[in-house]
Amino acid sequence: MYSHDVLVLGAGLAGMRAALEAARSGANVAMLSKVYPVRSHSNAAQGGINAALTDRGDDWHEHAYDTVKGSDFLGDQDAIEVMCREAGQELINLEHMGVIFNRDDEGRLGTRAFGGQRRARTFFVADITGQAILHVMYEQILKYNVRVYDEWYATTLITDHGRCGGVVAMEMRTGEVHAIRAKATILATGGLGRVFEPSTNALICTGDGMALAYRAGAPLMDMEMVQYHPTTLKGSGVLLSEGARGEGAYLINSRGERFMERYAPNMMELASRDVVSRAEITEINEGNDIDGCVLLDCRHLGRAKIMERLMYIHEVAMDLVGVDITKDPVPIRPGVHYQMGGIKTDVDGRCWDPAGNWKGVEGLFAAGETACVSVHGGNRLGANSLLDTVIFGRRSAEAAMDFAGANGHLEFSEDTWVGGEKASMQALLDNNGGGDLVAKLRLDMATAMDEGLGVYRTEEGMQQALNAVRGMKGRFKDVIVQDKGKAFNTNLIFALELGCMLDCAEAIAVGGIERKESRGAHSRLDYAARDDENWLKHILLYQGPGDQITKEYVPIVITQWQPEERKY
Amino acid sequence: MQAKVNVRRFNPDEERPKSYTQQFDVEVEEHFTVLDTLIKVREEIDGSLALRCSCRAAICGSCAMRVNGHAVLACKARVSQHLSDDGQVTVEPAGNQPVIKDLVVDLEPFWDKLRAVEPYLQPAMPEPEAEYLAPNEVMLHLVDVMGCIMCGACVSDCTVLEVDPNFLGPAALAKAYRFVADTRDEEDTKRLGIYNAYGGIWDCTRCGECVQACPKGVAPMDRIMALREKAVESGTPPGSYEGAQYGYRHSVAFEEIITHKGRLEETQLVVKTLGMFNLPKLLGMAPMALSAMFRRKMPPPITRAAPGVGQVRRLANRIRWNRLSKVE
Ligand SMILES: Cc1cc2nc3c(=O)[nH]c(=O)nc-3n(C[C@H](O)[C@H](O)[C@H](O)COP(=O)(O)OP(=O)(O)OC[C@H]3O[C@@H](n4cnc5c(N)ncnc54)[C@H](O)[C@@H]3O)c2cc1C
Ligand code: SF4
Ligand code: SF4
Ligand code: FES
Repeated sequence: MYSHDVLVLGAGLAGMRAALEAARSGANVAMLSKVYPVRSHSNAAQGGINAALTDRGDDWHEHAYDTVKGSDFLGDQDAIEVMCREAGQELINLEHMGVIFNRDDEGRLGTRAFGGQRRARTFFVADITGQAILHVMYEQILKYNVRVYDEWYATTLITDHGRCGGVVAMEMRTGEVHAIRAKATILATGGLGRVFEPSTNALICTGDGMALAYRAGAPLMDMEMVQYHPTTLKGSGVLLSEGARGEGAYLINSRGERFMERYAPNMMELASRDVVSRAEITEINEGNDIDGCVLLDCRHLGRAKIMERLMYIHEVAMDLVGVDITKDPVPIRPGVHYQMGGIKTDVDGRCWDPAGNWKGVEGLFAAGETACVSVHGGNRLGANSLLDTVIFGRRSAEAAMDFAGANGHLEFSEDTWVGGEKASMQALLDNNGGGDLVAKLRLDMATAMDEGLGVYRTEEGMQQALNAVRGMKGRFKDVIVQDKGKAFNTNLIFALELGCMLDCAEAIAVGGIERKESRGAHSRLDYAARDDENWLKHILLYQGPGDQITKEYVPIVITQWQPEERKY
Repeated sequence: MQAKVNVRRFNPDEERPKSYTQQFDVEVEEHFTVLDTLIKVREEIDGSLALRCSCRAAICGSCAMRVNGHAVLACKARVSQHLSDDGQVTVEPAGNQPVIKDLVVDLEPFWDKLRAVEPYLQPAMPEPEAEYLAPNEVMLHLVDVMGCIMCGACVSDCTVLEVDPNFLGPAALAKAYRFVADTRDEEDTKRLGIYNAYGGIWDCTRCGECVQACPKGVAPMDRIMALREKAVESGTPPGSYEGAQYGYRHSVAFEEIITHKGRLEETQLVVKTLGMFNLPKLLGMAPMALSAMFRRKMPPPITRAAPGVGQVRRLANRIRWNRLSKVE
């Protein structure tokens, strides 16, 4: 059997940063990913990464405050402090690894403005920041010769009595199923955007890690907090970075007005994402739209700046909607972008109760978008997510190595785990009746979620979505996988991913119905105000017993900043 | 709009696997990319069609394949622009790599070659406390190469890889360039030594296919030429590999002759490149020389300097000077 001290599931920024940390310390570490590392969705991050550098006159407390406020006071302030305090050093680490970064006149790292922050502290590489960092991180993985299970799909966490001992995974090329043993397992499997349609997320963002952890007994936290990004292309949902507005682009409606004047007179286009998305939907609903969209106008930035700093969105707009942003405004609308919620962890990637006992699954760690630390609370600030991945990727590796040092391997029967997994895959393959095709069921789910859990939500709408999703969980058992073969059976993988997405969708809807207030991205027409008295707390969901979902509340952590009204 | 999509298929699970072409009739919209079209086939007609794709926005590098014989990113290519008059388009797996299934090729050799160029920054140690300083122009210049998404479209269409699988290939060498051009990297000499070897920068024939195929404007051939220039400039010895020696000497000789004579003397170029005493190689050139002579194309062996050679020399000096003073 394959065996490691630390096994990292996922090779995006969080996963690679974790694996790198472990490899540098000489641990026996491996990484497993359903796509080659550089294909991970971190590559899509365009705008940048935040850090308050003291030698630039910035102060991490200010970054922390902006993050707390951005989170609509749902973020845990102790975690936010850790992230913002360590940001500067981590940014410098990235530069030392080889990330190129745009510079100022003196050859030092340069910044751009980003939404929800009073100061320009977003460091960037043109508008390919995620790609530039991801590829450099992979360079380091190659340098340290980390073992990577490329194109392996993890299907189940191996657990016994609440302790995780590794994973069952399918080698896609051969279709063979294997168990991989690990003393500590880190989930870094990214987001779940495909639960909605349209979405800025890649086709691989299917919430696998959240579902795997949830099924194994770990709690999911604040799942209702799904971020809508204000500037996505109609149809495909592909993103045009906030970097555009950071560089000074305008949002205008069909009457040519910069409508943000009316919603956020100070920060204008650079207000928090939830605020801007709501403003756009309001404009669209009031009829100030062009075909269901408003316009992003970059023309006044000038061709030179656009080609230097926004070259990728120039390319995307040209390729996908045929608009040259140097010459014309481009139609955009809000689209699903990021999951603030996820697997509940502390600042070391593990799920502990305040007394330091494992509350989730022992030996299981999580980092990146799949985790909920929680630093983003009700609304993530742009460019805080890349930061989250590298800070908590590294920290979870440190904690995982400690755990692996203090604990042996979990004993389990390889045959039982592998056999069980094969049997459930075979059951899917054997479906030949009148079930739905995988893609059809996915689209039904994603459309229902978009309708019921969009930018504005109501009890009724969310309940409808929840009922629909529960119905689809039933239909899922009969889903038809047309490819019956073994080698590179993507059809089967999609079916397994759909199973994960359905679990996530259900949790999102349950969380949404549960939270009876409007906070951050969770905007309810039937409870329009934020309710600090009753809802200054996280919602944790556990799967089971049976078909049920068990809820738990955990108070948020406040260190320095008392909740206040949020104005931009 | 109706498209007839001819997809090259291959299923290794079959007893005697053989590749074949299957035609799918698909209703496509004007804005559909080739990828949208294939996804539609996979979702609605035949779920067993295997291809890699993820981002749908030309950034993850998954979906390089051949469309009508040339490598493209499927998510960047509008299908309507590739349809023939009778509405057909042909989709095949990327070239120069073994096929695993349908449009999925084996990328292991691709990553192995990447590993071979030591693809990680090797800066001066110890690390400074803050960032390494670097001019913004250098970083902006590097953005173009960092734009490489490792899709392998260039590798698919590289004419040298077709005949010599040992060639490191355009993607790995473009990556190599990223480090040589990065002012923070200290190991240029070692690197150029590696890239000078068999399978390295001197094996490219400058066919330009990679430049054509690259969806991100990385222009690998230009990077390879820039590496050659650096190797020559820095006087990095070409090592024991003959191909590199010839390539290296070819460019040195080329420059020497031009600045000396103001025009190219091909005979001298051959002699200088192969070496005056390299009789076997020189004799090997004889048939070509003879046939050139028959067709009266044999260049005269020795010529006088061209008129205005001074001007040529000034130009050459200017180029050299520019090269040296270029942001390093
Ligand atoms: C279009 C776009 C633009 C963005 N721009 C920014 C920005 O400018 N700044 C910012 O801070 N953030 C940005 N974000 C958010 C940020 O990019 C992501 O949140 C972050 O990169 C997530 O990183 P990750 O490492 O957690 O996951 P990912 O990079 O998504 O990696 C997930 C990994 O898990 C693997 N995996 C998943 N499931 C399985 C399985 N079952 N088996 C095996 N492997 C599996 C995948 O193969 C992959 O390697 C953006 C997001 C999007 C969508
Ligand atoms: S120019 Fe060189 S590297 Fe590029 S395709 Fe031709 S031979 Fe290959
Ligand atoms: S150089 Fe261009 S074609 Fe080649 S791998 Fe990179 S992006 Fe793809
Ligand atoms: S799907 Fe990502 S590059 Fe085409």
